[in-house]
Amino acid sequence: MRLKLLTKIMAVAAVATPLMTAAAEAYELVIPATVYRTGPYAPNGIPFANGYGDYFRMLNARDGGIEGVKIKYLECETAYNTKQGVECYENTKGEGPSGALAYQPLSTGITYQLIPKATNDKIPVFSMGYGRTSASNGKVFPYIFNFPATYWDQASVFVKYIGEKEGGMDKLKGKKIALVYHNSAYGKEPIRTLEELSKKHGFELQLLAVDHPGQEQKATWLQIRREKPDWTMMWGWGVMNQVAIKEAASIRYPMDRFIGVWWSGSENDVLPAGDAANGYLSGAFHAAGDNFRAHDDIKKHVYEKGNGGGDLDRVGEVLYNRGLVAAMWTAEAIRTGMRMHNTKEPKGEHVRDGFEALNVDAKRLAVLGLEGFTYPVKITCENHGGPGKVALQQWDAQSKTWSFVTDFYEPDRDVVGALKAEDSANYAKENNITPRACN
Amino acid sequence: MFYREAGQFKTSYRADEATFPILQDKIFVYAFLAVAFLVVPFFITDYSANAILVHFLVYALAAIGLNILTGYCGQVSLGTGGFMAVGAYATYKLSTEFPGLNLIVIVLLSGGITAFVGVMFGLPSLRIKGFYLAVATLAAQFFLVWLFNKVGWFFNYSPTGMIVAPPREVFGFLITGPEASPVVRYLFCLSIVTVAAIVAKNLVRGRLGRNWMAIRDMDIAAELIGIRPLQAKLSAFAVSSFYIGMAGSLYFAVWLGSAEPTEAFDIFQSFFVLFIVIIGGLGSILGSFLGAAFMVLVPITLKTIMVDGFGFAVGAAKHVEVMTLGALIIFFLIVEPHGLARLWAILKEKLRRWPFPY
Repeated sequence: MRLKLLTKIMAVAAVATPLMTAAAEAYELVIPATVYRTGPYAPNGIPFANGYGDYFRMLNARDGGIEGVKIKYLECETAYNTKQGVECYENTKGEGPSGALAYQPLSTGITYQLIPKATNDKIPVFSMGYGRTSASNGKVFPYIFNFPATYWDQASVFVKYIGEKEGGMDKLKGKKIALVYHNSAYGKEPIRTLEELSKKHGFELQLLAVDHPGQEQKATWLQIRREKPDWTMMWGWGVMNQVAIKEAASIRYPMDRFIGVWWSGSENDVLPAGDAANGYLSGAFHAAGDNFRAHDDIKKHVYEKGNGGGDLDRVGEVLYNRGLVAAMWTAEAIRTGMRMHNTKEPKGEHVRDGFEALNVDAKRLAVLGLEGFTYPVKITCENHGGPGKVALQQWDAQSKTWSFVTDFYEPDRDVVGALKAEDSANYAKENNITPRACN
Repeated sequence: MFYREAGQFKTSYRADEATFPILQDKIFVYAFLAVAFLVVPFFITDYSANAILVHFLVYALAAIGLNILTGYCGQVSLGTGGFMAVGAYATYKLSTEFPGLNLIVIVLLSGGITAFVGVMFGLPSLRIKGFYLAVATLAAQFFLVWLFNKVGWFFNYSPTGMIVAPPREVFGFLITGPEASPVVRYLFCLSIVTVAAIVAKNLVRGRLGRNWMAIRDMDIAAELIGIRPLQAKLSAFAVSSFYIGMAGSLYFAVWLGSAEPTEAFDIFQSFFVLFIVIIGGLGSILGSFLGAAFMVLVPITLKTIMVDGFGFAVGAAKHVEVMTLGALIIFFLIVEPHGLARLWAILKEKLRRWPFPY
């Protein structure tokens, strides 16, 4: 009996597996998305995935795709797990006649996986503001793009902001700045930059690690209460953010002296703390809210037809807009590549060229219905990291909105540039890469 | 009918002591190896190598390692993830410090280093048993991961603590790094796992294995008949860690290519390998393979069927996948608490009596 059942199960599996083979179809632009709608990072992964997908769905419905070629948007669930990311990458990279045209891993671990693999497979990886910071050196990482700004840029901008609030960079001497970070490659990214900056400006840096997934932070915040740092920065993701902001509120840490990285500044992160989160700051490189023409188009062409990725009332959240801006830059890069090579059937290499010649200026943003949404970005062969500008946004708990409180700051290029050159040179040496020439 | 060993007379001690004394078993194993070595490489793609085959081989090797310790010697260990990390970091340090070293040597040395670390953490097993030992090995898991995350020397002071496997060759074939062809990587892993499995199969049949099993079944009785617990337990820890270290080495260098300690070697890694061993069958080398195949293939198959076959939304499919896998594990453990290896043994028995069961 037992055996019969087993053989039946096996038979079902054997019959069902060949269903995966798809029929051949017209040329489509395949854009895979390694999303995470499950697991401890899902609260952040879901809105990003929705914004990313909705923009492509909108392009399909409104313009018939990019340059008249339909987009095939393909989700693959990773649960923020690197091993499942490998499976997703291998599963989607050869999809359709075009193959995958660009990856947006949205995970530092998966980005590190893909850097060598995608470079070898000639597929661009757009790790927008995350992943390996030194990948902004286009000479060593020809297929990796991490504009518009990196963690190191951001860390230096935060220090600039703090200096401004303290009344000058020279006033930073003797101040205490704490960094609460996710104890992983992602969270450790800013440490070296901050160490350099603490040497340069003479502030005292305190490092407080929070282990995955970050639900337990009592000890961290007791330490902050005891040490009373003048400012606290946070590099968190997922459930860690909410917990940290709630803990900060419970020790009555002044919220306007608590700055989160741009991955720690969305509605999900501040809402659980309620009114106590009022005044919390975070980095940002694009606006929040749904009052842009692109959002209207998404609502009209996607949500009214019932094709939206998520709920209509969550369109315009910070992370939704982050997904949207990622999709916008990716689509523009594909468009640029198609025009450059004058083809309707682009491959990964063409899209890479498109990324490298990407120029989304204020005029282009206006055409796209996103005027003032973000700053102009121009990518070159050497610089895959973009302008590196970061602004700070602040949470208003009454109106439940994020709004910019500063202009876009320039990063501290002396410090950040030197570190990028050093780290990319290390990578090139370890992997026997000769940096290419850029003319 | 199919598995009748009647008429297979052994005329020498050598024949009687063969690894697979039954002719059918021998034919089956040889045929399987022939397919794995000679047929599969022609059909291999990036996807089948990276997502399925290398993935499976790495976990099968780790499971053999844990099976030696837990299944044969009865010492429960939750430190597998930590020991795999030792193997991976040893590989990273060796291949970056000595760029000329052959990768096979690196993998073996990584196993050796892990064996040493394993023995160190195995010392408490002489005093503590059962659940208490599980907790002690859990300490190894957390300590080792913490160490590799904390001390810059292990990751060559890279700013993120991420380790990346540099491209390395064996006999002129690139094994690690992105340009390595899937066939070469598969064959490299397959060769190591095959040799390791044959060695393990013979170890557990020999004096060492019998010592381990005696300790597992009743350590006081084993001591009374003259088995030294110190040697038996520590050798089990050493051999087990050697295997797990090699698995960690392949996991990092050949399969993933890069790793960060907190994610790649976390506690779930330890549980995952333990599940493989329990589902496959404690105290069975074949069970390690069956369990690894189950734990690696079932989620991917479920996902493929649900997402590509029936067009489920990916998030929903993931939830269903996790639930189904859990239900299947419970189902199998209820139907056959001794694991898939036992199911295979029952199947063999049935085949032997077929078509006249009694």
